[in-house]
Amino acid sequence: MDLELRTVEGKGRKVLYVGGEIDAHTAPQLKDEIIPLTEEQETKVIVDLTNVNYIDSTGLGVFIGALKSAKNHNSKLELTGLNDRIKRLFSITGLDEVMNIDEDKREEAK
Amino acid sequence: MDRQALDYIEMKVPAKAEYVGVVRLTVSGVANRSGYSYDDIEDMKIAVAEACTNVVDHAYQDNGQMAVVCNIYEDRLEIIVSDNGQSFNLQNVKEKLGPIDATKPVEELKEGGLGLFLIDSLMDRVEINGGAGVAIVMTKFLKRDEVEQHDDGVSAANAQNQ
Repeated sequence: MDLELRTVEGKGRKVLYVGGEIDAHTAPQLKDEIIPLTEEQETKVIVDLTNVNYIDSTGLGVFIGALKSAKNHNSKLELTGLNDRIKRLFSITGLDEVMNIDEDKREEAK
Repeated sequence: MDRQALDYIEMKVPAKAEYVGVVRLTVSGVANRSGYSYDDIEDMKIAVAEACTNVVDHAYQDNGQMAVVCNIYEDRLEIIVSDNGQSFNLQNVKEKLGPIDATKPVEELKEGGLGLFLIDSLMDRVEINGGAGVAIVMTKFLKRDEVEQHDDGVSAANAQNQ
């Protein structure tokens, strides 16, 4: 149950592809990867969750941390590829109100 | 409601993050075996993982164990996650329970604290017992014939909002 992480860097934007399960065990790996991406000034960080099949509050906490970090560095954080289960979790917790979640994600992330 | 569980499953695992997934998959298997829907199983997986994560993060200074019990009833599944570690002030925690407040600036958002709120939202009935350690009792009712069964107004309201 490991996390797959792959970052593709482009001009002014970085796409982080995440795959697997984000829980108490794997969330630190995600955090170590995502926070440095958001620390570069004026970058758009897109996190593609298409291949994530499980996430709980530990993962949500990482995204809250990344959102804060992005804001501190004038960068933007966007989440794409959320399946219905993950969308539901963002909606229950109210995180969909504060996060930039791309509904029409596939083209954006490619 | 029948008092006697049809079946009883108990496991003890180290209170370490790498075992949360093991518990989650076990509960998933038990719930699947009991005839729960995909969505209900996913809800229970998150709830039990949140309970275990709380134990891993808060219960012990050093190494400890967490116990997970599944009581299978005719009409419901009861999952109990308990530890022998430090208790916490339940009232304090309950007062802070809630979703993200979108009106607050991003800087003030908390990275933790959503776990218990999620458990409460995803399960039909939740009890937390303190004492020597903490035991959290989470119940999900088995839905038959698409008739929704909720004995908890809050959870029912949440379900309708989806």
